[in-house]
Amino acid sequence: MVKYFCCAGLLKSTWDQVCIAFWQRYPNPYSNHVLTEDIIFREVTPTNCLKSRRLLTKTSRGPRWMERYLPKHMASSAYIIEDSIVDPQKRTMTTLTWNISHARLMSVEERCEYQINRDNGSWTEIKREAWISTNIYGLSRAVQEFGLARFKTSVTKTMKGFEYVLSKMQGETPSRTLTETATERARGTALAAKEKAKDLASQAQKKQYV
Amino acid sequence: MNSVGEACTDLKRDYDQCFNRWFADKFLKGDRSGDPCTETFREYQRCVQKAIREKDIPVDGVEFMGPNKDKPES
Repeated sequence: MVKYFCCAGLLKSTWDQVCIAFWQRYPNPYSNHVLTEDIIFREVTPTNCLKSRRLLTKTSRGPRWMERYLPKHMASSAYIIEDSIVDPQKRTMTTLTWNISHARLMSVEERCEYQINRDNGSWTEIKREAWISTNIYGLSRAVQEFGLARFKTSVTKTMKGFEYVLSKMQGETPSRTLTETATERARGTALAAKEKAKDLASQAQKKQYV
Repeated sequence: MNSVGEACTDLKRDYDQCFNRWFADKFLKGDRSGDPCTETFREYQRCVQKAIREKDIPVDGVEFMGPNKDKPES
């Protein structure tokens, strides 16, 4: 049994910039779980497309009930492969990402297509599909639910990471530095809201005296 | 970003720098004048492939874009 998921994303940057950012995604404030990144294969095809294979090591974060099914010797980090084809003629990029460790327990495959947005030529749309499954009898529902929930969180981080890298590339001050954490950000947002409310209140008061 | 082979991180960074420049300035602009990064790539690969073997990372025999053949959309 395979759980299928599909969504679309939009990045307000050109396809070229998104492809450039794709190779510079790591590290970013949302990728603390990514430990290593390596290109382990790359070639330009006769039709001038770029094929690449990237190997990633990520921290393996699973709930305790899942860890019972992991052999004791299994690495605490997970290995993921990401294959990609960039076609500069058609202005498309296709990626396929899947885990090569822990795959019996849970297999997550993600396929993405990056294209120029149909409505706005300066934007990039991302079609994302995922297939989540397990080979361990009796765990299907639990693994798929867990896998899907984590995948959705992952997608949010991916998009935020992209936006961060893209805004840095475009010379804007990104909304986070590498040392900030999610908690700090939440705290900052709450504080900013309080300050803004205070500000608005004091502005309202001032108007009374004008 | 670190390489999976601790000794390869510097080689990786050198290669990444070269690649990123070539990718943005030449490849995406349709310039097929050749890849200036072949030498740095070769050195980096020599190091990282060795690290992959030593760590027993199961990358062999995995077909390019392999797993996505005949996927159901249920």
